[in-house]
Amino acid sequence: MTQAPPGTATISLPIASDTDLAWVRQRVRQAAAELGFGLVQQTKIVTAASELARNTLVHGGGGHVEITTVPAGPQPGLRLTFVDTGPGIRDVEQAMTEGFTTGGGLGLGLCGAKRLVDDFTVDSRPGEGTTVSIAAWASGIPSPRDGTG
Amino acid sequence: MNTPPFSGPTPVPVLALGDVLLVTLQGELDDGTAEQLQQDISHRIARENASGVVIDLSGVDVIDSFLGRVLAEIASQAHLLSTRTVVAGMRPAVAITLAELGLALPGLDTALSTAHAMDLLASPRSPLQEGT
Repeated sequence: MTQAPPGTATISLPIASDTDLAWVRQRVRQAAAELGFGLVQQTKIVTAASELARNTLVHGGGGHVEITTVPAGPQPGLRLTFVDTGPGIRDVEQAMTEGFTTGGGLGLGLCGAKRLVDDFTVDSRPGEGTTVSIAAWASGIPSPRDGTG
Repeated sequence: MNTPPFSGPTPVPVLALGDVLLVTLQGELDDGTAEQLQQDISHRIARENASGVVIDLSGVDVIDSFLGRVLAEIASQAHLLSTRTVVAGMRPAVAITLAELGLALPGLDTALSTAHAMDLLASPRSPLQEGT
């Protein structure tokens, strides 16, 4: 890890029930608002957090999320890391495909969440668990995407 | 008034306005509450012969794919019970996010406000639901 900019703070929240999902959404919104995110940006990161927290709960059998706020430095923003020790994702590429689902959702979880944030990484090992890390920068300039325009 | 008693532990009230059921969602909705609401609406439609359902989303600040699926299922259940559903008052930030998420909810009729939704339901059955 590189040295964290001053003011960086991390909290960890459990994800063990659907009421925890509601709590995660609230805390993420609060953190985003404090960082000066606009309303649309707040809504996007909260929605992405909700998708991923639900994955952690439903597919990972529960886990936790680390919410890191970086108020200063070269890239102020919000990083969320969802960790579970569940069965892992056998084929990450397939899981990122639009419409792919093993749960009860619409198959938008991973790839939908990816579209809503500036940075997205998945690390999954079968039998050991999954870590999904996302970040949104407070700059307010959305990163370019394929198919925009 | 002989308002029917609550069916189940839902904190989301379903109001009857004439033969339209009005549901106002506010703030955080956990998954269990959303699923309970889905069942309540179907029962109320059948019991009260409702002709329409209006779901006011103006107090909702986030809709993820789970809640989106619940809304879509409420509409399709209602449709099977010969009832139209209109979701009203979605916030712009929520609409932008849903579109980007890839959740266009094609089966849902929408209105900008509850009043518009009531007008839509009062109008003859023409443009709504066609092609679905």
